[in-house]
Amino acid sequence: MLKRLSLVAVLASVVSVTAVSLTACGSSSGTADPGSGAPASGAAAGASSVTVFAAASLTESFTELGRRFESAHPGTKVTFNFGSSATLAQQITQGAPADVFAAASPATMNTVTDAGLAASPTVFVKNTLQIAVPADNPAKVESLKDLTDPKVKVALCAEQVPCGAAAIKALDAAGLKVTPVTLEQDVKATLTKVELGEVDAALVYRTDVIAAAGKVKGIDFPEAAQAVNDYPVAVLTKAPALDLAKGFVDLVLSPQGADVLTKAGFQAP
Amino acid sequence: MTVRARTRAVTGRTPWPLVVPALAGLAFLVLPLAGLLVRAPWSTLPRQLAEPQVLEALRLSLVTATIATAVCLLLGVPLAWLLARTALPGRRLLRALVTVPLVLPPVVGGVALLLVLGRRGLAGQWLYDTFGVSLPFTTAGVVVAEAFVAMPFLVIAVEGALRGSDQRYEEAAATLGASRWTVFRRVTLPMVAPGVLAGAVLCWARALGEFGATITFAGNFPGRTQTMPLAVYLALETEPDAAIVLSLVLLAVSVIVLAGLRDRWVGSA
Repeated sequence: MLKRLSLVAVLASVVSVTAVSLTACGSSSGTADPGSGAPASGAAAGASSVTVFAAASLTESFTELGRRFESAHPGTKVTFNFGSSATLAQQITQGAPADVFAAASPATMNTVTDAGLAASPTVFVKNTLQIAVPADNPAKVESLKDLTDPKVKVALCAEQVPCGAAAIKALDAAGLKVTPVTLEQDVKATLTKVELGEVDAALVYRTDVIAAAGKVKGIDFPEAAQAVNDYPVAVLTKAPALDLAKGFVDLVLSPQGADVLTKAGFQAP
Repeated sequence: MTVRARTRAVTGRTPWPLVVPALAGLAFLVLPLAGLLVRAPWSTLPRQLAEPQVLEALRLSLVTATIATAVCLLLGVPLAWLLARTALPGRRLLRALVTVPLVLPPVVGGVALLLVLGRRGLAGQWLYDTFGVSLPFTTAGVVVAEAFVAMPFLVIAVEGALRGSDQRYEEAAATLGASRWTVFRRVTLPMVAPGVLAGAVLCWARALGEFGATITFAGNFPGRTQTMPLAVYLALETEPDAAIVLSLVLLAVSVIVLAGLRDRWVGSA
């Protein structure tokens, strides 16, 4: 029974504990870092760190952009919190001290703008779906229609997460009905099932197929154009490091940012 | 002195170095539950409970956790006996290996299960080629994942009970001519029954709350592999209120079952 309680405790505190720990991180940015040797004579104290909440699919490209931002602003630290956009949006509305939010769907960004915590988000990239199959493509999948074959094991994302919502949109646009064997909790879990060969095909983002190059093969399908995911980014209104946050968003929207994101498989909006 | 009188005598001079941390510990475990109760959307509770998916997930959770516990009893009690009563070489290492599922993050446990029992796994490929059986994405797969994670709780509890029990009774039975199997059945097992029951309860509770290994190995599909913790997790993505309701339902059911068992089989001990 204690085990049950602690499980529920974990569930309940997913948001609150993260918020608390982030508060701790956030407030520590205000205290002088003993290792940095008193930078900027305290004029911009508290603004030497910027916290970016970003969708899990942005992990590779944003980490690279963070590195570039840090070298362009010496002494600045970019801290990332990558995760499911829906979870991140909840953490922000629960008071997590984030400076920038980059979401994988307008709906998750709306959660934050509706709470008055972000104004005028900008769509900075688009992500489209691809059919991912194991490298040897055991079920010989070639088109979206092949997924309707009951002998083909298909994994989709659950409809609650953006990639699942996009998959439903694409299948609806194609007028196809697919019965998946599993509805995974996020796009990376869906991809893992393909990598391990447990399913014959899955609908995931192009960017994830590129990130798993060699282990899975991506197949384009025309209906993907009906289910394009816009990625909005916004500076949060209560950002503790407002100037740095604006600087980071500027970098994301710059040609340099677009270059990094396109290499990862994203498309210009 | 009766038990009750002795208890009173002990509480009469309760040492504060025990009471203060005990109360803090209790608060630590119970407060998150209070948090759930406070945040619970009581008005929408009946509507949430009427959702057919909720009942389906609850039924699946109860059924799989119970079967998993039965599997654990069948395999775990003999394993505990082996660890406690035989002079097996490398017993210390074996005992450490038994706790592997406790230490392993459940998601990793799920991946490990896929690597062994998946369609392309070490044993799974043979199962699939020979019998056409594939465990992932099936209800049997849920049972496997739950049993994997929950079995150590049973083994450790039963082994502890075996070590604490008086071996002289077993020796007496043996000198009277009972075979080792008869001794186990007629003397050992009745003697450690409370330990077995406690282990089974822990095991059942752990199986009921299992999330990581289940969603990784068995996937998530309503009615087939979507247990309550999986439903809670996905609800958390979009409807935190529904997630709270679902966790409370799971919690209430487990408390009712466990409290009922305790009264029936262990008395008020």
